[in-house]
Amino acid sequence: MLGKTANGLFWMYRYLERAENTARMIDAGQRLGLTRLDDRDEEWASVLQSAGSLAGYREAHDTLTKDAAIDWMLRSKDNPSSVLSSIAAARHNARLVRTAITGEVWEAINAAYMSAKEVLARKVSERDLPATLRKLRHHTSLVRGMTHGTMLRNDAYDFARLGTFLERADNTARILDVKYYVLLPSARSVGSTLDNVQWENILRSVSALGGFRMEYGNASGPMEIAEFLVLDKRMPRSLAFCAAKLRDNLRYLNGGGLTLMPTLQKVDHLQRTYLSHDIHAVMDYGLHEFIQKILSILSDIAQQIEVDFRFYK
Amino acid sequence: MSENQYFDEMWGHNEALREPYRGFHTWFDEENPARLRAKQREAEEIFRLTGITFNVYGRAEAEERLIPFDIIPRIISGPEWAKLCRGIEQRVRAINAFLYDIYHKQEIVKAGRIPADMINQNEAFLPQMIGVEPPGGVYTHIVGIDLVRTGPGEFFVLEDNARTPSGVSYMLENRETMLQMFPELFSKNRVQPVQDYPTHLHTSLAKCAPAGIGRKPVVAVLTPGIYNSAYFEHAFLADQMGVELVEGNDLQIVDGRVAMRTTRGYKPIDVIYRRIDDDFIDPLNFNPESALGVPGIMDVYRAGNVTIANAPGTGIADDKAIYSYMPDIVEFYTGERPLLKNVPTWRCSEPQDLAYVLDNLADLVVKEVHGSGGYGMLIGPTASKKEIATFRKKLQARPGNYIAQPTLSLSTVPIFAKSGLTPRHVDLRPFVLVSPEGIKITPGGLTRVALKKGSLVVNSSQGGGTKDTWVLED
Repeated sequence: MLGKTANGLFWMYRYLERAENTARMIDAGQRLGLTRLDDRDEEWASVLQSAGSLAGYREAHDTLTKDAAIDWMLRSKDNPSSVLSSIAAARHNARLVRTAITGEVWEAINAAYMSAKEVLARKVSERDLPATLRKLRHHTSLVRGMTHGTMLRNDAYDFARLGTFLERADNTARILDVKYYVLLPSARSVGSTLDNVQWENILRSVSALGGFRMEYGNASGPMEIAEFLVLDKRMPRSLAFCAAKLRDNLRYLNGGGLTLMPTLQKVDHLQRTYLSHDIHAVMDYGLHEFIQKILSILSDIAQQIEVDFRFYK
Repeated sequence: MSENQYFDEMWGHNEALREPYRGFHTWFDEENPARLRAKQREAEEIFRLTGITFNVYGRAEAEERLIPFDIIPRIISGPEWAKLCRGIEQRVRAINAFLYDIYHKQEIVKAGRIPADMINQNEAFLPQMIGVEPPGGVYTHIVGIDLVRTGPGEFFVLEDNARTPSGVSYMLENRETMLQMFPELFSKNRVQPVQDYPTHLHTSLAKCAPAGIGRKPVVAVLTPGIYNSAYFEHAFLADQMGVELVEGNDLQIVDGRVAMRTTRGYKPIDVIYRRIDDDFIDPLNFNPESALGVPGIMDVYRAGNVTIANAPGTGIADDKAIYSYMPDIVEFYTGERPLLKNVPTWRCSEPQDLAYVLDNLADLVVKEVHGSGGYGMLIGPTASKKEIATFRKKLQARPGNYIAQPTLSLSTVPIFAKSGLTPRHVDLRPFVLVSPEGIKITPGGLTRVALKKGSLVVNSSQGGGTKDTWVLED
């Protein structure tokens, strides 16, 4: 496969994942706004920060309001990570790699783009927001489903998966990074309604609420949440899960080769050094420092992928 | 019974249903127009979803346009098609022989059939190709011959597309769309399939690979990139053939071969189906400003280590000034009389011709020798006095830059308009594949239709649309 094509696939799926994640964060932020009584607009600062678009927002706006924040994350063309920009970028990359994806995947991403352009042509009112987000999610799920159901399990699929899980790990790590203080052991003693709402919101931001309840019931606190999102190997958005998937797909790409390419070595290191202990060890290390470390390793892995697979030269 | 001024593919001159349309018309008569209208909209939806668009140059990102599609097919009978094929094959064989000759001994010039200047001073003549032996002896691997019809047996070649003919993806997608919308039509009518074109293209290109490579030839499609107006087609063809779609920056010369940068290192390519112009192929040998090509590729080509399809320098065969010599060219190389007619052409470079053209501007079509896409031409009968006056000045300033032809009464095919069936002018571009083992013509082609009433310009850049083209079994 061409290095350029691998690059296009990687980014197509990173953007697709980003579009979904951003849409989910808007959804969670919106709900939090409905349950909290104070600081409604300021809460959006942390949502924007989790989505990595707070700095951009501040540059383009004087004040922080819920409506402007939602609009920025959902449909602003000036925000390269808005849902609309991400879907457009995913589709642009899909056009570039048209020969490496199936007709079904192409049609699904093209339909997602056409639909997003239509429903996001104008500002979305609060009343229409849930339905709009549902529609967007529906379309991106179709792309994912078509990918799963029609693509050969070859290199193209592996690059699609690398993009997906790198973006997803990054996303989960960023949400934890912004909200880590809510999950510190000291928070357990407080255990107020407000904390419960915050915890629930974190889980909701990564579509983990149902899974968490299944696993832990409702008698549980921040430590369990942190464990679930960082170390659980069955939770499809946890850091450990994403790292395992990155490793699987890199191993396929490595073929039967005995020498491991640098990217694979880095993912091995990530798994062994950071994701095979229990949550107490993580807390002892410092949750904040731990997450910072993970974010920097993820960014390093992304750069190594570009080099190992000749994305640019 | 009224007499049609123009020959209609469905009704002829005399309002009597022509034989090839019998099956279709029976079906059409029983259809509910409202359902057909809904189908027409559905077709547009299919095109939009599959992304069959062309980019409009000089516009913002959002400008991916659809070429309008009309659901009434152009239908050609088996015998009519067989006759056309003989003419097309003869012409394509002559074009290849002509190209070999002018880049080698130039016998046709020595024989006095074409003036030397017409070749050697021609912008489309590439001196870099002199003496080069293209692998398999093929120059034009893919040709599109533009045909028009003026009467029952009257077909003319309007243009030969010997560089990089486009539009074949529309031929395929138009058929695919018709099959999806009206499957019953194809079970009732015996329409020859076109869908195997990509397989034939792949096979034909592979047969033209350099000799002795000792492996299954690796084919790739070379595109200028995602912003090119025909990018969809480039991606479509690469996808359908199951080969890589490459850009210049994916390629490098490695160990004397053209190689592409893959995730596992550089891998050689044997046949390049290039969709970029001669000028841009190789910044070392041609336009040094080109960022689209591959530095040094011409040296690999000259050494016989890669096939470039079509070969560089083939443009001279579809040059509009050379066009007027085509009957001589066919006769010279095949020893036969041309089976397909040429449109009578006045070369404005010649004084008597120029005088005639200037006297009759209002009745003629005048074209730029190197123009394409329907730009820069004058259609006398529909032009205003002012337009004619402006054009006259341009023509007098650079007569050698123009040729003129009579305005042809292009045949019509009905389109399905708001008011029902209504005739519009069409042309036809069949697609021809050439390999050392022979010439293959896909039964069908691209029918372009001028959607504006009375218009003779079918180019998509000028508001033309397309139709499915049926060739019936005998």
